[in-house]
Amino acid sequence: MTVRTHVIPDVGAKTAVPALEPLLFELARPGRSGRHVVSDDAADIPAAFQRKTPLHLPELTEPQVVRHYTHLAQLNYSVDAGMYPLGSCTMKYNPKVNDRVASLFADLHPRQSYRTTQGVLALAYELEQMLAKITGMDFVSLQPQAGAQSEFTALLVFKAYHAKRGEAATRRRIIVPDSAHGTNPASAAMCGYQVTTVKSDARGNVDLDALKSALGPDVAGFMLTNPNTLGLFEERVREVCDAVHGAGALVYGDGANMNALLGIARPGDLGFDCVHINVHKTFSTPHGAGGPGAGPLCVKAHLRPFLPKPWIVREADGSYHYDTAREDRAPAGLGDSIGTIKQRIGNFGVLVRAYTYMKTLGEDGMLETGRDAILAANYLLALLRDKYDVAYDRTPMHEFVLSAAKQKRQGASALDIGKALLDEGFHSPTVYFPLIVAEAMMIEPTETEPRETLDAFAAAMKRIAERAESDPASVKAAPKYTPLARLDEVTAARKPVLRWQRPV
Amino acid sequence: MNANPYSPHTEEDRAAMLERIGVRSVDDLLTAIPKDARFPRLGLASGLSEMEVQAHLERLAAMNRTAGSGPFFIGGPIQRRYIPAAVPVLALRGEFLTAYTPYQPEVSQGTLQGVFEYQSLIAELLAMEVVNSSMYDGGSATAEAAFMAVRVTGRKKVVVATEVDFTYRRTLRTYGRGPELEIVEVPTAKLAASAEDAACVIVQHPDAFGSLVDVRQIADAAHAAGALCVQVTEPHANALLEPPGALGVDIAVGEGQPLGITMSYGGPHLGIFACRESLVRQMPGRIAGQTLDANGTRGFVNTLQTREQHIRREKATSNICTNEALAAITAAVYLSLLGPEGLRAAARAGVARAHALAKRLAALPGCAIANEGPFFDRFTLRTEIGGWDLRNALIARGIQVEATASHYVDGRREGRDDVIAQCTELTSEADADALVDAVAQLARSPETVAAR
Repeated sequence: MTVRTHVIPDVGAKTAVPALEPLLFELARPGRSGRHVVSDDAADIPAAFQRKTPLHLPELTEPQVVRHYTHLAQLNYSVDAGMYPLGSCTMKYNPKVNDRVASLFADLHPRQSYRTTQGVLALAYELEQMLAKITGMDFVSLQPQAGAQSEFTALLVFKAYHAKRGEAATRRRIIVPDSAHGTNPASAAMCGYQVTTVKSDARGNVDLDALKSALGPDVAGFMLTNPNTLGLFEERVREVCDAVHGAGALVYGDGANMNALLGIARPGDLGFDCVHINVHKTFSTPHGAGGPGAGPLCVKAHLRPFLPKPWIVREADGSYHYDTAREDRAPAGLGDSIGTIKQRIGNFGVLVRAYTYMKTLGEDGMLETGRDAILAANYLLALLRDKYDVAYDRTPMHEFVLSAAKQKRQGASALDIGKALLDEGFHSPTVYFPLIVAEAMMIEPTETEPRETLDAFAAAMKRIAERAESDPASVKAAPKYTPLARLDEVTAARKPVLRWQRPV
Repeated sequence: MNANPYSPHTEEDRAAMLERIGVRSVDDLLTAIPKDARFPRLGLASGLSEMEVQAHLERLAAMNRTAGSGPFFIGGPIQRRYIPAAVPVLALRGEFLTAYTPYQPEVSQGTLQGVFEYQSLIAELLAMEVVNSSMYDGGSATAEAAFMAVRVTGRKKVVVATEVDFTYRRTLRTYGRGPELEIVEVPTAKLAASAEDAACVIVQHPDAFGSLVDVRQIADAAHAAGALCVQVTEPHANALLEPPGALGVDIAVGEGQPLGITMSYGGPHLGIFACRESLVRQMPGRIAGQTLDANGTRGFVNTLQTREQHIRREKATSNICTNEALAAITAAVYLSLLGPEGLRAAARAGVARAHALAKRLAALPGCAIANEGPFFDRFTLRTEIGGWDLRNALIARGIQVEATASHYVDGRREGRDDVIAQCTELTSEADADALVDAVAQLARSPETVAAR
């Protein structure tokens, strides 16, 4: 592999930019192959069903494949490589022991008898208990495979709850704040609800008056992220929850920002009826280049009957089984449950990692985590506030939102600043979200970045702000030291090329 | 020492940071939180060292009987298959594992090109025009296919074959409660005649019991009725069977786990989702596409994002955000290592071993194969013992099979009482011998089995 080297003038350091890599298909030659699986078996398949369509999968040797993916890996930025301050994504360090112990549970099939998987059930049961304690909820479903699927699951639970009370036909609306993640309104719409958006007030809270006037007998629920996507704790959270409950609706907690609350406060003590957990955020499981995650749903007792089945049951003798499939008895039926989202225990391989992290931290480690995350965000904000505008200038929790409005007027947008950060060796913050802040840059350092790294990030942000003032064109020209320059997303969408095509 | 071993801050660091912020303690940053809710005790145990936590997890793992510890015939969408050594070494590299959604494509080309290659490989395997970057699993992919068909056709009825895997039907029914879809289940044989007014018909081929299905005829009937045809497929089957794209299928979905991904008691896995190009703007999920950078060099980005929740919010085609990109890259590594011949070899081995095993079992007294026509790499065995009792008697002898009686949808057990045997390239002669011997012994005295 060839390596291009550049000198970064600002810091005088040399950085190697890995070369691009051909596609698998371009490396392949007919007749190359490994010997991973061989078989002289003959398959007896009726001619009418046999594949006649040619199968042009690439033919490669293992050494080629290893180099290919090694080169591709080198083109990626990752938490293992550096600070990844992507707001609302909690890109904290992913401990390696979690990955290793997950492999202890790799060779297990979800359709095995409960008798042969007592270790799985014991772990999952204890994980449910721990999540309930941390969130202040009563019961937990481990089935949802990501935050968005957990939102959808919770809204199905809301629907079943209202149906049980004879109000399914009237409660057709879900309210979301204008600062909500896009998944919230999308989940509501997928669940057949109409979506009403309420605005935020001048302090970045939900506008309580606007919420109250939106509430009514046709509202099924309200979805609230706390701390919200501005990184701010909802100052009147109990009044908000009371107002929603007063209208006969339920409060959904989007747990995307739960890292801020570890050991600080519990959604269950604040008035929420349920909250989901992104274990790939709060509990350190790796984000896997976009996934997998896992999104356990934690609920108060009044919502338990509607949770997905099966549920894990612990017997007095310390053995475990599933309630709907005791296997030696007839299944118990669904009762009021919404059904099944994912067979048995969701993304178990991810949940093992989260469990391991929780066992490692224990009570005191959990209490320390929220404090350190909040400390890091406030420290970083203190370092940056004289160079960038602060949206909704209050004490933030674990993340904060800057506005690059001033820099935009000078000629460098939030997008440009994010690209310039790539040249400085950092990942960009989340940009242009939340939607209610112009030129938003949402920064979440997490508790695992040392002070030196926070200082270096702040120094880079300051250098970019100074360049935006003196030489905005240089910021607009970034990135220069990444494997590729800015990519043309407009053409990609206008003339989509979504797969490799064999040259004809 | 910090209570969180991954926290880097010394007490001096914390003091200096607080000083820079201008407060005396972190408590001073938390005044927005109701006082009585602050600083709850959680009631968790004390933290463990890495060595202790490793030992603890090893103890839990030892309470399970792994699939590889004895003859193993459980399968369906999730299959025990051989995973080449290079697959986890490459796919679990930290640069893939600890990155996130490629919001900054300039520093995410590894992910984006890896996903683009995955899309291309699966498109070739299924002979479908467009593949997305992944759904959570086969079940959610099936449900999202039904939702997509509802959007495309404006109809709210979904017809699904009862021979579609029961877990997929459960997820479909659960998802369907949201938009209040009318979900109708009919046997595969009646699917073609049931497409009237439907948004789609959903067929599985090979079906949940291993049988081969004439998909083309069902797709033609669906199209004649103005419905879409959704096929649930399994990746290895497409190496030997005519793929969905050649059968007139509009949306192909399936579980991608058999492509080099560990079973891990059910996840994380890989939802495969493919469709016709003409439907791509209704497709859920992220899609990687090729483009050029400012210097005219080829590169890859997430594209057609105006379908997605972060832009379209309540008008998005799906709520999916976090997906299973790492599993998609894993599947691509697997396919590139096996190549077309390796994939065919793995598929052939499963088929040949299933057929040989079925023949031996069918020759035993009181035993018959319940599949009515040709089957692929799994089959159902009907015995006088009954599937449920046979399965439990086999577990007691260290042999793991699946019983159809454990298939329950909406809390009800389904009709049959057979066992299903799945074979793959990992099914050995000795495994087959053990199963045949055990069934032969049990079949000799069927009346004693249930009493055990």
